[in-house]
Amino acid sequence: MTPAPGTAPAAATQDDVLAVRNLDVTVGGRTLVEDVGFTIRAGERVGLIGESGSGKSLTALSVMGLLPEGLRASGSVRLAGVDHDLVGADEARMSRVRGKEIAMVFQEPMTALNPTMRVGRQIAEVLLIHRTRPDRASARAAAVELLAQVGLPDPGAAAQAYPHQFSGGQRQRVVLAIALANDPALLVCDEPTTALDVTVQARVLDLIVRGVQDRRSAMLFITHDLAVVATACERVMVMYGGRLVESGPVREVFTRPRHRYTQGLIGASDLTVVDDRGRLATIRGSVPPAGRFPAGCVFRNRCDHATEVCATRPEWIPTGPDSGYACFHPVPGSAAPGATTPTNQEAGRG
Amino acid sequence: MAEQPTGAPPAPEPGTGPTEAISVHDVTRVYQRPRTSLRSASPPVHALRGVSFAIPQGQRFGIVGESGCGKSTLLRILAGLDRPTSGSVAIDGRDLTGLPERRLTFVRERLQLVFQDPMSSLDPRMRVGDIVAEPLVAQGHGNRRERVAELLEAVGLRADAADRYPHQFSGGQRQRISIARALAPRPKIIVADEPVSALDVSVRAQVLNLIADLVDELSLTLVFVSHDLSVVRHVCDRVAVMHAGQIVETGSTEQVYEDPRHSYTRRLIAAVPTLGRALSGVSAADLNREQRP
Amino acid sequence: MSVQEREATVASAVSADRKRRRPVTGSLLVGGLIVAAVIGMALLSFVWTPHDPTLVDPSVRLQEPSSDYWFGTDKFGRDVFSQILVGSRTTLFVGFVAVGVAALIGVPLGIVAGMAPRWCGELLMRGNDLLLAFPALLLAIMFAAVYGAGTLVAMVAIGIASIPHFARLIRGGTLQIMRTEYVIAARAAGRGPFAIAVRHVLPNVSGLVIVQASVGFAIAVLAEAALSFLGFGTPPPTPSWGRMLQESQELLSIAPRLAVFPGVAIAVAVLGFNLLGDGLRDRFDPKLEDRR
Repeated sequence: MTPAPGTAPAAATQDDVLAVRNLDVTVGGRTLVEDVGFTIRAGERVGLIGESGSGKSLTALSVMGLLPEGLRASGSVRLAGVDHDLVGADEARMSRVRGKEIAMVFQEPMTALNPTMRVGRQIAEVLLIHRTRPDRASARAAAVELLAQVGLPDPGAAAQAYPHQFSGGQRQRVVLAIALANDPALLVCDEPTTALDVTVQARVLDLIVRGVQDRRSAMLFITHDLAVVATACERVMVMYGGRLVESGPVREVFTRPRHRYTQGLIGASDLTVVDDRGRLATIRGSVPPAGRFPAGCVFRNRCDHATEVCATRPEWIPTGPDSGYACFHPVPGSAAPGATTPTNQEAGRG
Repeated sequence: MAEQPTGAPPAPEPGTGPTEAISVHDVTRVYQRPRTSLRSASPPVHALRGVSFAIPQGQRFGIVGESGCGKSTLLRILAGLDRPTSGSVAIDGRDLTGLPERRLTFVRERLQLVFQDPMSSLDPRMRVGDIVAEPLVAQGHGNRRERVAELLEAVGLRADAADRYPHQFSGGQRQRISIARALAPRPKIIVADEPVSALDVSVRAQVLNLIADLVDELSLTLVFVSHDLSVVRHVCDRVAVMHAGQIVETGSTEQVYEDPRHSYTRRLIAAVPTLGRALSGVSAADLNREQRP
Repeated sequence: MSVQEREATVASAVSADRKRRRPVTGSLLVGGLIVAAVIGMALLSFVWTPHDPTLVDPSVRLQEPSSDYWFGTDKFGRDVFSQILVGSRTTLFVGFVAVGVAALIGVPLGIVAGMAPRWCGELLMRGNDLLLAFPALLLAIMFAAVYGAGTLVAMVAIGIASIPHFARLIRGGTLQIMRTEYVIAARAAGRGPFAIAVRHVLPNVSGLVIVQASVGFAIAVLAEAALSFLGFGTPPPTPSWGRMLQESQELLSIAPRLAVFPGVAIAVAVLGFNLLGDGLRDRFDPKLEDRR
């Protein structure tokens, strides 16, 4: 059994906004997220992709301290400017952090808004709770300004409206306005555009990226959609079976994946490449239910390259300051032209 | 450089075949919403505003549009589950407009549906075997056990799946069950409503391949509805783009994708993020910019 | 897909097992035990009671509780404990009759109203609302006036008055199920309305029926007690908790225990059925399940 170090031991610098180390999420006897570690620097946009049961949403919820009842997180989640660990922090402490240092955009904008409250008041409230604005009147004015920033036509009137009077895309913009109200150090987005139509998605995605760029906020963007991550983020982390299996700059991971799962995922999602019968590349089998992945390498029961060694847990093999993978039989790195990764592929074959 | 799925016969142009699998003529559908005010009735909703198209036998026809464009209403009308306010629909040359549900047996035998959500489209309290056999029971077919086993095998499931319940399967497997049910009465037309949008990426390709295999093997006519143009482009020969209750553009999928004529189609195509475009430097701002005329 | 992801992770982890075998809640356990005890008492009364519950013996009138008469005797010298035991039969009988009548008519009515065209369903429900507005006890008293006082008559009346509760609830459930894709799939498969009602709707609303039945049971038990107290319910000499209460009222100052024992029996039984209903609701209601 190989020792399990923090999964992505990125160099901790002063610049790090978020540092997650050895994060585990368990329920009953089952481990849903195992030994996840990563850092995000100020202004950096990082995508977290994965399928159902990969633990990507649970990772985000652990960072927010919003895990559902019955699930327990352990490990460490540190946020710059917050003097305590977010894992195990009580509700009172977390509520001072949430909405101010970290904010979140959810998939369902309707359930994220209070249906009985005018949206202007909902935005103003976030500003008043964290005392970012001295009084009600200036908070109101700031709310209108925020609604203008997220591109709602006639923001003054929009502030007076109730959530049900907006379309789905507009609601998501209101949610974004609330999330950005206090210029958070970190914006966590959990599938923020999945419920939206493609034309609306383009709009909201642009607003999210611009919103964090303008504030130099870091962003953790969770989605199952590879193309959306590639469009919105600079760096990507791939989760499968509760573990981080690969991470690196978007271009590198998507053009020269090392982990066999990442390779399969990219192949299966590319609808323009077909075999001579017109069929798409696939990954065999189906995603196991959460917590029921095989021991050792979590992907080995669906992997064509799996051997006996895969029954032990693959070590994290760093290929750069922010990149690496955990696979015994990685895609040969030198195959792609211009590969700069120093790691010898044999290094993984323990 | 998308290659057309091979193996499909060249699709005849609409109107040239002896009988079209589906022909839709100037269909409108107006809904009256319940009142919300005492003084005036709510304005009617025009879900479909004069939709016409024809699908020859054996074609893979895609319908693309965003939520609220009327594609779901159109599907329900095709399947005889809803009636058009005006216009007519014919399946294999037989008009189904105005017929009561009990006289639509010919539609049930020829046309079957596959749904988007593989969880809610399977009755949680029925065994998989009974779910798949339902169309057989409804249409009075015999030899059900044998046929169910054969169907489960055809969609890549083990025969013993018949004794289990839907919640014991993953999303992709449930969609296979749903496909097996649709194939049970040996239909000639399959209407699939966003059949892969709720599936994991790694499973989506499997289900798309399965659908393509079955359409080939059984020479089915496929109507494939999706919000995702790239999926339709992979699956279909022809595509109709719907917007606000109307078909704004039809053509071969290649032509519509490579050279969209209608401004809405152009916006739709431009808005879809793809890995290739993202890696060549297209940002979220670029996707959005192309949305503005 | 995040909704699904969250469902998949959380649901499959937290409640995948719960889906099949959800934990027994406190109310379900306590309610179940009380109801089982009432059923046990009724069964026991067929084979054994300390005394004949209807035997009038003036020599032992108004005895205090003793080893011979555990709960004492009433003004006619009948054993109170034996009456309580045998009275539980009446209680169960009224519950089954009332709930049976209400469910047998209300459930099909609700399903029909839920599956019929909109205007027709609305019409049925407005009729239902009229019945709902009619006080159950008044209906029972009218029935007693026309058909004569009797347990069965009273309970059929209570059952009829409970029909709207079932119909309304089941219509709501039916409307929900009719919108699901599996019903649309069944229609597309060629299933007729009757088959859909029996094979898809009924099994999926059965949870609602069970919940409403246990609540209806409690209502019926109370109603029987009230009617017997007013003299429109179970006629003598059949023991009934409600009539025991009525008979005790003139002696309330001398022998309050005569009111206490049946009163407590009624209260505990009603509590038991209500708890059982609550517990079953937790177990069956999918809407509550989502909120966990």
